Amino acid sequence: MSTHLDITLTVNGERVTRRIEARRHLIDLLRLDLGLMGSHAGCEHGFCGACTVRVDGAIVRGCLVLAASLDGAQVETIEGVSDSGEIRDLQEAFVARNAAQCGYCTPGMLLTAAELLKASPAPTREEIREHLSGNYCRCTGYHAIVDAVAAAAAKRNGGVVR
Amino acid sequence: MNEIVDPRSVDRPNSYIGKSVPRPNVRKLVEGRGQFVDDIVLPRMVHVAFVRSPHAHASIAGIDTAEALQVPGVLRVFTGRDLEPHCEPWVAVLAHLKGMKSAPQRPLPVDRATWVGEAVAAVVAETRAIAEDAVAKVNVSYEPLPATVDMETALEPGSPVIHPDLGDNLCFQRVNESGSVDDAFAAAHKVVEATFHTARHTGLTLEPRSILADYNRGSRKLTVHHSTQAPHMMQGVFAQHLRLPEGDVRVICSDVGGSYGIKVHVYPDEVAVAAIAKIMARPVKFIADRLESFASDIHARDHRIRGRMAVDAEGRITAIDIDDLTGIGPYSVYPRTSAVEGNQVVNLVGGPYDFANYRARTTVVFQNKTPTCQYRAVGHPIATAVTEGLVDLAAEAAGLDPVEFRRRNLMADGSYPRTSPAGMKFEGLSHVASLDKLLAMIDYPVLRAEQDRLRAEGIYRGLGIAAFIELTNPSPFMYGIGGARISAQDGCTVRIDPDGSVVAATGVTEQGQGTEGVIRQIVAEGLGVPIEQVRVVTGDTLTTPYGGGTWACRGAGIGGEAALQSAIAVKAAALEVAGAMLQAQPEALDLVNGDIVERGTGRARMPLSELARIVYFRGDTLPPDLPRELMQTRHFITKQYPFAFTNGIQAAYLEVDIETGLVKLLKHWCVEDCGRVINPLLVDEQVRGGIVQGIGAALYEECPYAPDGQLLIGSMADYLVPMAAEMPDIEVGHVETPTRESLLGAKGAGEAGTAGAPAAIMNAINDALRPFGAKVLAQPFTPERILAALGKVP
Repeated sequence: MSTHLDITLTVNGERVTRRIEARRHLIDLLRLDLGLMGSHAGCEHGFCGACTVRVDGAIVRGCLVLAASLDGAQVETIEGVSDSGEIRDLQEAFVARNAAQCGYCTPGMLLTAAELLKASPAPTREEIREHLSGNYCRCTGYHAIVDAVAAAAAKRNGGVVR
Repeated sequence: MNEIVDPRSVDRPNSYIGKSVPRPNVRKLVEGRGQFVDDIVLPRMVHVAFVRSPHAHASIAGIDTAEALQVPGVLRVFTGRDLEPHCEPWVAVLAHLKGMKSAPQRPLPVDRATWVGEAVAAVVAETRAIAEDAVAKVNVSYEPLPATVDMETALEPGSPVIHPDLGDNLCFQRVNESGSVDDAFAAAHKVVEATFHTARHTGLTLEPRSILADYNRGSRKLTVHHSTQAPHMMQGVFAQHLRLPEGDVRVICSDVGGSYGIKVHVYPDEVAVAAIAKIMARPVKFIADRLESFASDIHARDHRIRGRMAVDAEGRITAIDIDDLTGIGPYSVYPRTSAVEGNQVVNLVGGPYDFANYRARTTVVFQNKTPTCQYRAVGHPIATAVTEGLVDLAAEAAGLDPVEFRRRNLMADGSYPRTSPAGMKFEGLSHVASLDKLLAMIDYPVLRAEQDRLRAEGIYRGLGIAAFIELTNPSPFMYGIGGARISAQDGCTVRIDPDGSVVAATGVTEQGQGTEGVIRQIVAEGLGVPIEQVRVVTGDTLTTPYGGGTWACRGAGIGGEAALQSAIAVKAAALEVAGAMLQAQPEALDLVNGDIVERGTGRARMPLSELARIVYFRGDTLPPDLPRELMQTRHFITKQYPFAFTNGIQAAYLEVDIETGLVKLLKHWCVEDCGRVINPLLVDEQVRGGIVQGIGAALYEECPYAPDGQLLIGSMADYLVPMAAEMPDIEVGHVETPTRESLLGAKGAGEAGTAGAPAAIMNAINDALRPFGAKVLAQPFTPERILAALGKVP
């Protein structure tokens, strides 16, 4: 069996064809092959969530997905959802609330939060905390992140933002 | 002009100090467009992976690299012997820590590995993956040696001496004593005593340690992209130990993915990377993976502390006596040394309280575990846990409510300046005002009533309180007097560019705390321009004034004052030019919101951009002897006090499930006095983030070792950290006692949360367990330990 495979997938709306090693993980495909440095490798064991990206609309750990399994897939990263403006309100809320300090966990945190707001437009603080509980942040203590997600949700619902 | 007006009293233009202004550099981070070291790719870049010791202590009989070198893509393999001629070893001691000793350390050891995870060989390959493949093919012939693992027995006869040249495993010992401790205990109304344990932690920065070193053989310059808190210090270290002129070394740190003290130390593997770059004359990158981070990032806080407290019949503390023991691994860490944590403990115990008789001993020993060194709030969480643990025990023994006991013993707010029994000089603290504010925030009687009511229903809630002091704005008394080339001074250069925009280059660095944000606020206010016009440059030894970087809560207090003074100097220079252009006395003019205006009336006379245009492009129209120095540099160093102490108090409210031992955090509060608050939004998040790091210490975090010295961590599944679901909301309040050492009046705020949280959690758990007479004093307070205290498991 060959140790390399050819895959064609869509990344942030652009078609990408690469010959990759069978052991290549998605996070390495994005960072090393495509130069998309916004997704970060934090633990490479699936615990920390820093490498969270979207595959076919659902968030995944980029360090646990083999790139070889993504032939034909639609991948979206923090760069893609930033350019499309899809999560601008969440990003603005993170900036306004200082919900990002070092910024290393932030792209993964934002994609995880965006998934929550899509499924649950008016989450409670407990629901926000539960949904983000797979994304490690050492800097903020999470309180500001919960505030920011709650503020973005309230704004989407026409509610008053604190 | 040289006066900061209380920002809340007026709303004039450019009054940014004291306001919650969002940070300018967050926007790129939320779009994933920061630049961390691993994001940098250079031509001909190669990657390093390290072979790491699987033994706690072993001699290295030989290293066979032949098989590794056969792996396609592998370029070189370096052993300790290969690097020995290229690098000066270091010995991490400080002269003012009397009697301290340590052994010479090299980038890679030559003949002996002394902890599990110590790098013993470096594989250089075209990709990190290939380098890792080849690491598995480096054959190291180890001969295991007896290891000293348990710090409690490290000094006993028969315990293997790790460095025979040192004679024993003692790194440092100090007794800090004042008053008549034995007399005070003999005369005490009540004496309480307990033994506390704080667990061995690591910082777990989400961005691992990262370095990309590049040596240009033509220019003979070493450029190091480094995830570090102290670029100038590292510049000196690389120069000294790789035998390069300091001016030929440039250290750049752009975005840093978390530091907390982890990234302020010299790591042997990182020096090896720089040495390899110099030897191979090409860019060499090393990014630690998570497993090697656990084994090679510094650990901290591995202490056992026996403590006693004496109180009189009125419930006043008369004496504290503690005996601290800590194990620091096989080497003291360069250049800050691993004795500072224990030294801080003996300086900080009892810090908030008014008492006379004090004795504290620390004993710092070598052992075959990962080296420990300074980590966020160095020594403070240990000292605070011991102090506040003893205070709660003493309150109970005296039959007093813990709040009432603290009120009787806290240093009075009007009693400063004063010196503590431990010899710490306090300029001005606010313990009593902070306690009052905390009690108002938590609604103490209501919480106590709720606690009583729920106890009757079999629900066990606890409220824990912890007062603390925090050492910030360090002077050379921290490191410089001991011989370390670590700057306590910092500088800032402010310049006006031709379009009227402003650039501030500062020696303090940004790792997410908001350094660039607060420097921008200070410069905009000091100069009198809209904040949007100011850009801040940090983290480059070639382009910023020499300084210490960001650690020990010095960024805002030291770097901020340098920025303020520099901005004021540039403003004076601009007004001198404006006076000549407008035929006015400079004193009759002001700079407000980017315009030269008439002082008093505020009438606009000229935009700053016009002044800058004339200076840079039509200097011929100005009087020939007129200075036109639109760039000024000022430095700041504290002189009157060795440290600017801050203070605060925390409260934790939680529920203990007495069947499972699980702790549910309900709410956490902190009142903090960091002097002038430059940006409440940033300060509050520093406090919250710090508190959660302290909660991690109290409930989850520990680097466990087997008796033979094996580190029992394979991944983040084995080292629990606080995650969003378990953490409480945290309310933060402030009392402001500005330091008079600076115009800005700011002290540090980044470590206060971590300093007090473990003690507050411990006291809250023990308050919840009070009906059962059970206590936990060994961190982390795991369900197993709580059930054991309840007698439900052995």
